Parts: sequence; structure tokens; C-alpha cells
Amino acid sequence: MKSIKTKSIQELKSPGQPIIGAEAVVRCLVAEGANLIYGYPGGAIMPVYDELYKFQDYIHHVLVRHEQGAVHAAQGFARISGNVGVCMATSGPGATNLVTGIADAMIDSTPLVCITGQVPSHLLGSDAFQETDIIGISTPVTKWSYQVTRAEEIPEILAKAFYIARSGRPGPVLIDITKDAQFASFDYSYKPCRSVRSYKPVPETDQNDLKKAAELINSAKKPLIVWGQGVILGKAEEEFKAFVEQSGIPAAWTILGASALATEHPLNVGMVGMHGNYAPNLLTNECDLLIAIGMRFDDRVTGDLNTYAKQAKIIHFEIDPAEVNKNVTVDVAVMGDVKNTLAAITPMVEPQPLENWFQRFKELDKIEFDKVIDTELNPTKPGLTMGEVIKAINASSGGDAAIVTDVGQHQMIACRYAEFTTSKSNITSGGLGTMGFALPAALGAKMGAPEREVVAVIGDGGFQMNIQELGTIFQTQAAVKIVILNNDFLGMVRQWQQLFFDKRYASTEMVNPDFVQIAKGYFIEAKRVDNREDMNAAVEEMMRSEKPYLLEVCVEKENNVFPMIPSGASVSDIRLE
Amino acid sequence: MEQMTYTISIYAENNVGLLSRVSAIFLKRHININSLNISLSEIENVSRFVIVVHVTEEQVQKIVKQIDKQIEVIKAFYHTDEETIFQESALYKVSSKSLFEQRHIQNVIKKSHANIVTVNPDFFVIEKTGFREETEQLYNDLAPFGLLQFVRSGRISVTKSAMEISHILKELSD
Repeated sequence: MKSIKTKSIQELKSPGQPIIGAEAVVRCLVAEGANLIYGYPGGAIMPVYDELYKFQDYIHHVLVRHEQGAVHAAQGFARISGNVGVCMATSGPGATNLVTGIADAMIDSTPLVCITGQVPSHLLGSDAFQETDIIGISTPVTKWSYQVTRAEEIPEILAKAFYIARSGRPGPVLIDITKDAQFASFDYSYKPCRSVRSYKPVPETDQNDLKKAAELINSAKKPLIVWGQGVILGKAEEEFKAFVEQSGIPAAWTILGASALATEHPLNVGMVGMHGNYAPNLLTNECDLLIAIGMRFDDRVTGDLNTYAKQAKIIHFEIDPAEVNKNVTVDVAVMGDVKNTLAAITPMVEPQPLENWFQRFKELDKIEFDKVIDTELNPTKPGLTMGEVIKAINASSGGDAAIVTDVGQHQMIACRYAEFTTSKSNITSGGLGTMGFALPAALGAKMGAPEREVVAVIGDGGFQMNIQELGTIFQTQAAVKIVILNNDFLGMVRQWQQLFFDKRYASTEMVNPDFVQIAKGYFIEAKRVDNREDMNAAVEEMMRSEKPYLLEVCVEKENNVFPMIPSGASVSDIRLE
Repeated sequence: MEQMTYTISIYAENNVGLLSRVSAIFLKRHININSLNISLSEIENVSRFVIVVHVTEEQVQKIVKQIDKQIEVIKAFYHTDEETIFQESALYKVSSKSLFEQRHIQNVIKKSHANIVTVNPDFFVIEKTGFREETEQLYNDLAPFGLLQFVRSGRISVTKSAMEISHILKELSD
């Protein structure tokens, strides 16, 4: 990958004379430190692209191959860096192509600023060429959106956009700018946004709630922590680790919480949810205290709410008041930023003897290992498993790689078995389940953290949903490692068809192209492997490469992911086979 | 949980698009809005939404939290009928012929304490403000004379208790 070095805002002289709106957009981006953005030009955004050309020393713009690629790349960038991701598109189809990624960012609380061009304001509502009501379309899936029709509004609105995207519970913001506003001149000055009068990003913490929570924690005999992405978004990994270690309580994670605490940490007891680990799922319904931290009790985590942790007291550390008592009624809600609330509660917590409780985890872990994990990671039957490929990646990376996954069986296997030593290393589409996410997101992640190893693990179905981004990877030379776990099926849907639809495999079998040839068409080094003898060496070769690399691994066609909590069932009904 | 009528009051910045953002919250949950009114509020540049829905208390709590979360919403509340003073306004357009030719209609108007807004040779317009039952009663009483047009506003309501919105605004800007 070409090393990208852009000049900083300090080196940018103020214009000293009126400038056009389009230049103001670019200057605002530089002022916000957004020096790496993803997008696709088109008529209604061309004035901004013209300025990007002039300011290319300050902003590196990555030309994707489809706007959906731009928004997922911006997501990958945001997820690995903790900064606001920026993407840009033209009006009409350019804007609508962003919508899936915006919805994905909304449900996974990813900070994004999406900038779309719009037809000139005098044409609004006239069904002009490439006119679409993107504000109307995106409203339900944005944290905030605004249509700029006057150049003078640009600095204030973009400052507000970045502030809203990154503050409190982060989320995507869309700013739609009419072409006449991009062309109009005005006197530019930029002031970062520090508050919006109708918006309170972080609720106040009630000291009594902290006290009540500490009392519950100190009197619990069988407590269980379940943490989510809030720990990562709140940059609270250190505070969280201190809390876990001080309390000595077993801690399980939701899919988006993964990597906030190292996999190997002795108090890390694995993943909860539909394909999570056996012990933390079952023991959710045995614990006497459930401590939920920065998570939202998604249905894939809780299963049937009527039978979820009914025996337990529940504490919820949360930044978003709308999440409290939304799905699960809690006993104590500790509102605020977990970075502060966890730091505040840790000194109030006394470690309890929990040996018997940990014993329960060990017993159940052993059952899961014998019935599921051992056969997945150390298979003896011919036919590669997805798990052994992840194991090979772990062995090669030592757990230091960021794993970017798509959606489906490979995602569940990767999240179950990938080892993490570093936070912000599990980048996946959790809430929305967007197939096609991983390839562009991995590109964004690699560019957002070039020093890190980034491995995209993708199924053969999802890979083909944004396969065109191989072109962007080739053009940028971002050294993304791409592993296609190819079972020639839409594997997760096939698994459900097998289990719940009497093996009627309706439209799930895929006749696939030659992925290696396709990669080679993009001048990306590629290899296919279909047997155990060669697999480890192939993974090792891919990981050692300093360039983008695609490895297709042909895995067993009809393997299933277990454990599994069937949709709508109780966490107690988790199946091992 | 039992469904009942709740009045949701929203104080918000007066911005394009906020109505769509608020109504999307109901749409997402497949909840029908019974009535909706947006107007100025007691505070300059702050709009007041009054939305009436028939839902459970748990639903209205969650909806209000989601509304409150919107960036441009200053504060959202919900109240039961007992906690508010509320009214609706209705306009009835009737042919003038019936006013002059049928004496009985004059009694109906008198009895209902409605106002005659305008009279001209072709039609006259009656205005009635009150509870839903009252405007409906007048509708039923006038229907036999032939209603040329009928329209009723959304509910407008004020709460019996103080809203303290100025206080909240001050807190937010500090």
C-alpha cells in the first residue's frame, strides 16, 4: 500500500477571501481531521470532487467501485480507529446506495458522516435528473440528517455533524448538500461544535444507582457480567478490565463486545447469544446477578425474553436512556459513560469467593469442548472445517490480527474461535447482518490502521455481494488478507433449512465462479486450498504476504454451527447438536 | 397491559424534517397516530407537538424515550387524559338555505354553544371547540341538514402540572 501522508490543518492557510461551498466542505473535513475518506463522484457532488483534487495533499480520497463499498469502508475505518468515518456520494442512486451501510452503522452505533450531493435547490421537488429524497429515505436510519441549501450553513452544519456522530452513543449522520450551495461563495470560518442545545449526549450518573449496584455486586453469589460494544465505543477497556479484575466476576461478551478484553484473560468466559458459548448462555439462567455493560439485550443475545435471566437481579450500565428497560426490565440502571461509571464503581466493589460458580463454567466448558469445539478445531474426518482455518489464522497472527467478518456461518465460527489480544479487532456487521460488509470494511480497517494485520473472513455468498471492491483493494494496494470460506452454499440459511425446514434447500446452493481467477483478474495474488495438509501452509503464506492476498478455502459443504439457540427459544434451550 | 389514550407532548426545535423523524418512530412500531397537532409553544422558536395514540403504557414509555433521543427534540412527555386539559376544534359548512328555511337548525346551533363564523348567501360555517363527544354530537345533529364540509383539528392540550421546559432548556444550554 502506498503510504498515505496528508498535511494537517495547521499547514492549511485560511482562505482570506470568500470561498465556494464545495471548498468549505473540504476545509471542514480537514479541520475535523478527516483525512481519509471513501466515495464515488457524480454530477451533484462534482464541485466537492473538484476541491478534493485541489486539496489532495490534505485529504486522501479512496475511489470505491460502488457507494455501498464506500460506506462499509468508512465503517471499517471507524470501527478500527475509533474515529468518525466519512463517505461521499452523489445524489439519487449514489445516495440510495449508501442506505444499507447507514442502517448498518445506525444499529451498530458506528460514527459516520455521510455527505451526499443534491440537485440545485431550485430543482428540489421537480423530479430532476438523479433527484431523490435522501433525507426522507435515510431519516429512520440516521442519528441526525440535514439538507444544506445555502453555502453559509456548511461550516456550522458539518461541525455539528461530526459532533453528533461521535458524541454519546455514536451513529451515522447524513448531510445532503444542494449543488447551488456547493457553488455559492461566502466568508468562511470554522468553529468546532461543542454542544447542541436540544441534545444531551451523556446522561448524568446518579450516585445512588452506583451505590445500589455496588451493594448488589457485593452480595451476589453467582454474578455474571455481559459486556457489549459500549466498552469499546466508550474507550473504556482499561476501566472495564480493572472492574472485572477487582470484582473477579466471570465476564461474557456480545458479538460486538468481542476483543475489548483479551480472549485469554482468565475471567473471559466467552460469547453469549445464538451461537455463543454453552456456559455463559446456560448460566445466564442460573446467575443471581446479571451485570450488563454497554449492551442492548438484542434478541440474538437474549432468545425468548420471557425466560431470560428471570431468576437474576439485573444491573445495566448504559449511555442511552432509550435502551434501559427496552427489552429487559432491570433492577438498577447506572446511566452515563462506562468510562466514568466503571471507574467510579470499581473501588466500591469487593472481590467475592466464586470458586463454586467458576466450577460450573468449567463443567459446561468441558461439555462444549467435547461435543463441539474439539471436532471443529481438531477434526479427524476429511473435509476442512471453518474452525480449523480460524485456528490457523490465530496461530499465525498470535491473536494480534483484526478479523473482519461478513454474515453467516463463517462469521459465527470466526467470532467463536478467533483469538484477540487487542481491542477493536472484531469488525463485523452485528445488528443489521449485512452480507457484503466484510470486503469493503476490511479495506477501510486496513487503511485506518495500516500497522495492523487485517484479515477478512468471508463466505462465498457475502463475498459476491461486494466483490467489485477487489478493484479498490487493487488500486489502493491495501494489504488486506481475504479468506473465503467456500462451502458452495448460503451456509447459515442452509443450516436453518436443514434444521427447521426439513432439508428443503430452497435457493441456497451456489454455483460459484473461480474466485482465484477473479482475484488474479484484479492482479491480486490468490490461491485455493481444499485439503488439510496444505491449509496451514497456505494460511501462513497469505499472512506473510505484504500485499493484498486472497485465499479460497474449500470447506465441508454441509457443516453446521453449534451451539445454537433456536430462534425464539430460551437461552436454556441451547443445543449442542 | 391495557391500552388507553395517551397524549404525547414534544418540545422541539422548529426544523424541516423533524415531523418525518418523529412519525417514523410510530411507523417502525406499526402504531397508528390518532391525532397530531404542531404549533408554536410558549418559548420562542420552539415547536410543540401534541400527538394522541391508543397504546399500552409500556409502549408509550418506549416511544417517548425514542422521541426524546432525537437530536432536535428538547423534551418529550406523555400524559393521560386526567392529567391534561384538552380540546379539539371543528368546522361545519352548511348550505345557507337550511339556516333560513329550517328553523330547527338554529336551535341546534344555540344548544351546542357553537359559533357562526361566517354567513353568506350560499353557505355558512359553524365552529365548535370542545371534547370529541361534543363536536361529534353537533356533527350528528347537523348531518340531517346536509353537511357540505366537515373538518376537525387534532387534539391540543396543556398539562395540569407545570412543564418546566424553560428550565430544561436552560440546563441543556449550560
